[in-house]
Amino acid sequence: MYLDIRGLAARYHELQVLDGIDLSISRGEIVSLIGPSGSGKSTLLRAVTGLLPPERGTVSIGGEEIDYKDRRSLRAARSRLAIVFQQYNLFGNMTVLQNAVVAPVKIRGRSRAEVEAEARDLLARVGLGDKLDAYPDQLSGGQQQRVAIVRALCLKPEILLLDEVTSALDPERVSEVLDTIRLLAAEHITMLIVSHEMSFVRDVSHRVAFMAEGRVLEIGPPEQIFDAPQVQRTRDFIDKISRK
Amino acid sequence: MSFSDLLGQLPRVFTYYNLLLLGQAALTTLLLSAFGCIVGLVFGLLLALARRSHARLLLPLKAFAFIYVEILRRVPFLVTLMLFFFGSQVLGFDLAPLTIALISTSVISTAFVSEIIRAGLDAVKQSQIEAATVMNFGFWQTLRLVVLPQAWPVILPPIFSYFVLFIKDTALASQAGVLELVQAGRILTTKGFSAFIVFGAVLLLYFVISYPLARLGSHLESRLGVSRHSRARRPIS
Ligand SMILES: Nc1ncnc2c1ncn2[C@@H]1O[C@H](COP(=O)(O)OP(=O)(O)OP(=O)(O)O)[C@@H](O)[C@H]1O
Ligand SMILES: [Mg+2]
Repeated sequence: MYLDIRGLAARYHELQVLDGIDLSISRGEIVSLIGPSGSGKSTLLRAVTGLLPPERGTVSIGGEEIDYKDRRSLRAARSRLAIVFQQYNLFGNMTVLQNAVVAPVKIRGRSRAEVEAEARDLLARVGLGDKLDAYPDQLSGGQQQRVAIVRALCLKPEILLLDEVTSALDPERVSEVLDTIRLLAAEHITMLIVSHEMSFVRDVSHRVAFMAEGRVLEIGPPEQIFDAPQVQRTRDFIDKISRK
Repeated sequence: MSFSDLLGQLPRVFTYYNLLLLGQAALTTLLLSAFGCIVGLVFGLLLALARRSHARLLLPLKAFAFIYVEILRRVPFLVTLMLFFFGSQVLGFDLAPLTIALISTSVISTAFVSEIIRAGLDAVKQSQIEAATVMNFGFWQTLRLVVLPQAWPVILPPIFSYFVLFIKDTALASQAGVLELVQAGRILTTKGFSAFIVFGAVLLLYFVISYPLARLGSHLESRLGVSRHSRARRPIS
């Protein structure tokens, strides 16, 4: 398994948010994470990236276990993943283009010309070719999100973590962002996607994981999760959202 | 004394030697101010960073920063100055009054500037730092590329108003016998020159020192105001 999460637990002070997460994703696979609001989906991504250090359990990438207490190990892991946050978190002091190139150039030491060419190309492909010099607060939510996706892609991650790539967008924007991700899905990058957009999840995922009470309660192909869930908790959740 | 008498005194007041005295005093005031501002910026930033840090290793520094800032901001400048002045005598350091004044003004401005910078750093959202962290930005890279550029628009206005106040406070160095502008004014009046003219000149010199600083402040503010991110976060004044 490429991204292997075992018995992962994490908490915010007294609140035990993750309580033994098991989730394995193979290379090039796209797994979506669904579950009620507050079930800890964002927290799982934060724990994997080490922003919220796990209190128990292990995460390994390509067989290498991440030691969250060791700076070198954590840096190495982070150089292989990229995350698109639920709130985008674009750097407010940088333009669209600067946001996309700053890490590859300043942190990874790649040539600016080369990275900029890539970034321009990606930004053009997501329809932002004319916004290179705009600042994040001059962009709509959907535009910011696409920039955040491009910023993550410029890092050439092996694993891409996407948090609620659709929730903050109006319905028209959703399709723009989804198209971008579909475009990527062809490029065999391993993805863990948190989403509320069930039609999208069904469409794009190889497998879907249902999360509640700090655990992954069921995981399987979209047909299983949406049409024939095996676990009562999953069935209730799917019933509830499909009634909406 | 009539106005024409005053005018008549002018050439006698502004002799070469008196002008030299005033000029030298103005330079001392400028030195005290500039030194205090620059040291305050550098060490104020370091103390603000220490106070924000969560590293266990930096805990003693964090505690020091807390005590330093909280005490020194609450003590009148004159008291600190006297403490350093007599303290250095008691401890047997043979320091020139100017050295003592430079040290104590810097100590004070560091405390104030540190608080201003800390508030500015706090105004930058934690999520900005997290975004940098997962992309493997180091501490100083995050500070230089992400945090400070967003903190400056919040820091600059209060820091420049503080600097303008600070320049005036350097007058207290005269109490330790430093020949700065106020002291020079006193010397000239005791020599029998019109206090009105002498302190008029002193006033003018203070203006000459602090006005460019205020201009620099508003120049930097408007330049930073152009960058978009600062609009939303700029407090309404
Ligand atoms: N910084 C924080 N400090 C304390 N508690 C937090 C923090 N962030 C999240 N929580 C709590 O942790 C729990 C899980 O939050 P999380 O954001 O992971 O949920 P989520 O599944 O992503 O929800 P949503 O679908 O609404 O985004 C919630 O109860 C939330 O209140
Ligand atoms: Mg979330």
